[in-house]
Amino acid sequence: MSPVLEVAVQHRLGQFALDAAFSSDGRLTALFGRSGSGKTSLVNIIGGLIAPTQGRVVVDGQVLVDTHAGVLVPKHRRRIGYVFQEARLFPHLSVRQNLLFGHWFAPRAAKASSDLAGVLELLGIGHLLERRPGALSGGEKQRVAIGRALLSKPRLLLMDEPLASLDEARKAEILPYIERLRDEAGVPIVYVSHSVAEVARLATTLVTVDQGRVTACGPMASVMSQLDIAGISGAAEAGSIFEARVAGHDDAYSLTSLETAAGTFQVARSGLPVGARTRVRILASDVLISLGAPVGVSALNILPGTIAEIGQRHAGGAVELLIDCGGEKLLARLTAKSVDGLSLAKGRAVHAVIKSVSIDTP
Amino acid sequence: MSDWLSPEEWTAVRLSLIVATTAMLASLPLGLAVAWLLARGRFWGKSILDAIVHLPLIMPPVVTGYLLLIWFGRRGPVGQLLYDWFGIVLSFRWTGAVLASAVMGFPLMVRAIRLSIEAVDRKLEDAAGTLGANRAWVFLVVTLPLCLPGILVGMILCFAKAMGEFGATITFVSNIPGETQTLPSAIYTFTQVPNGDAGAMRLTLISIAISVAALFVSEWLARLVGRRISVE
Repeated sequence: MSPVLEVAVQHRLGQFALDAAFSSDGRLTALFGRSGSGKTSLVNIIGGLIAPTQGRVVVDGQVLVDTHAGVLVPKHRRRIGYVFQEARLFPHLSVRQNLLFGHWFAPRAAKASSDLAGVLELLGIGHLLERRPGALSGGEKQRVAIGRALLSKPRLLLMDEPLASLDEARKAEILPYIERLRDEAGVPIVYVSHSVAEVARLATTLVTVDQGRVTACGPMASVMSQLDIAGISGAAEAGSIFEARVAGHDDAYSLTSLETAAGTFQVARSGLPVGARTRVRILASDVLISLGAPVGVSALNILPGTIAEIGQRHAGGAVELLIDCGGEKLLARLTAKSVDGLSLAKGRAVHAVIKSVSIDTP
Repeated sequence: MSDWLSPEEWTAVRLSLIVATTAMLASLPLGLAVAWLLARGRFWGKSILDAIVHLPLIMPPVVTGYLLLIWFGRRGPVGQLLYDWFGIVLSFRWTGAVLASAVMGFPLMVRAIRLSIEAVDRKLEDAAGTLGANRAWVFLVVTLPLCLPGILVGMILCFAKAMGEFGATITFVSNIPGETQTLPSAIYTFTQVPNGDAGAMRLTLISIAISVAALFVSEWLARLVGRRISVE
């Protein structure tokens, strides 16, 4: 079976050159990189807003762009939904008319009369139907924009930093809807972001873009750890992500245990039910390294492992290490002095002491 | 009312309304097309087209009327063609008055529509495209409704200009009662005869009333449309 999305394009925009190739089968493919790295140009090429100078774009087996064969499908025939950074709702239409705009143009075979009800339920926007876009909050607008794109029955949904223009509270309001979209809507998503937290929470496949080139592409967790060791994700946010399952709650101490491949974590009591799946995220700067099994330490989460890789020393004197804990890679950030002082080297057995763990909350 | 105005005066009022309305409606399709070209088109000679459209606004109206007479008169190059092929005569007919006032109102209409097309957010058109609408549909259901206030303003401006047009009209089609004598020509005639003051005043009041009414209608329409298109 051919992959859901195959892209290999070159494009020149003044001084900026885009030369990117990747393919993905993931339910949510995140395009991650700094602003100005060419992520938006890339999705604009997929969506048909820009014609690339050269290259090929294939979605779901259909060739949308092939400059050698002279194929360039216009955007209105691509059936690719696009959720923009600003919602771009039509101000002269009601929310209902906005939602049904693309539905009206969708091929008859693809649409069902129950579509609207399903999308309203999925995004929680049923009560907004008769309003005008001007009367909606930023978060509501973005949910309507997502619904509008979904109702056009796309084969692929592009989301270009859909949360970037929202404040933290609004982001937290929308994230669960995007998760549901990923898991329930059955439409593959390409999600552009420069936020590690969003990518860590949402992505199944991660494509990193830097200066117009794809620097890595693959399953989220493995790309993320490569990324951190290379210091690309940014000093403040480097960290590791593990898939986790809620194993139980300890009400006496208000703690929740989470099972991961790397070991069991104890975190502050969560509202998640036992058995629920979530992701834990550990910042590299929250990990200490101990050569022996530490005793008399207040930290609850200590994982044994071996050093898998030691990164380059940063300008600030920090060094990042990858620690293999039961097959999962944990990222730690130490000072160069500690690395030398403990004579840390690849293959050495250590204990990772984790100061804090954050988990996705629904 | 009929006691208040003489039949001739009524005829002038009615003729003015017919001429102005026809001029407004007839120039709308072309006005939209030219405004679109000037707002969105990229072609050689765009500034020349822009200048030609604006000429009637800056030339003396009498000059415009005289040029119309030369080109669209029975013996003029265009007028002859129109007569030979379609049997249409413009000079010294009410249709000629429509042409003269349409030409004079055209730049005002194009300006207003062009500005409103330029103000339409292209990003919304892109969004409509990704939702499956082709260019014609995008124009019909996104661009056109969004520049509706500007189109209405352009139409009202053209109408008002046509109601008041005097110089080009009188030069091109003269001042024939019942055929080409519009309100301004009738007022002018009254000022040229003894004891015409009362008639001139009556027509002046009517002229003012029509202008004010047009202004109110445009304000009301703009507010009606503006409420629907609340800016995000």
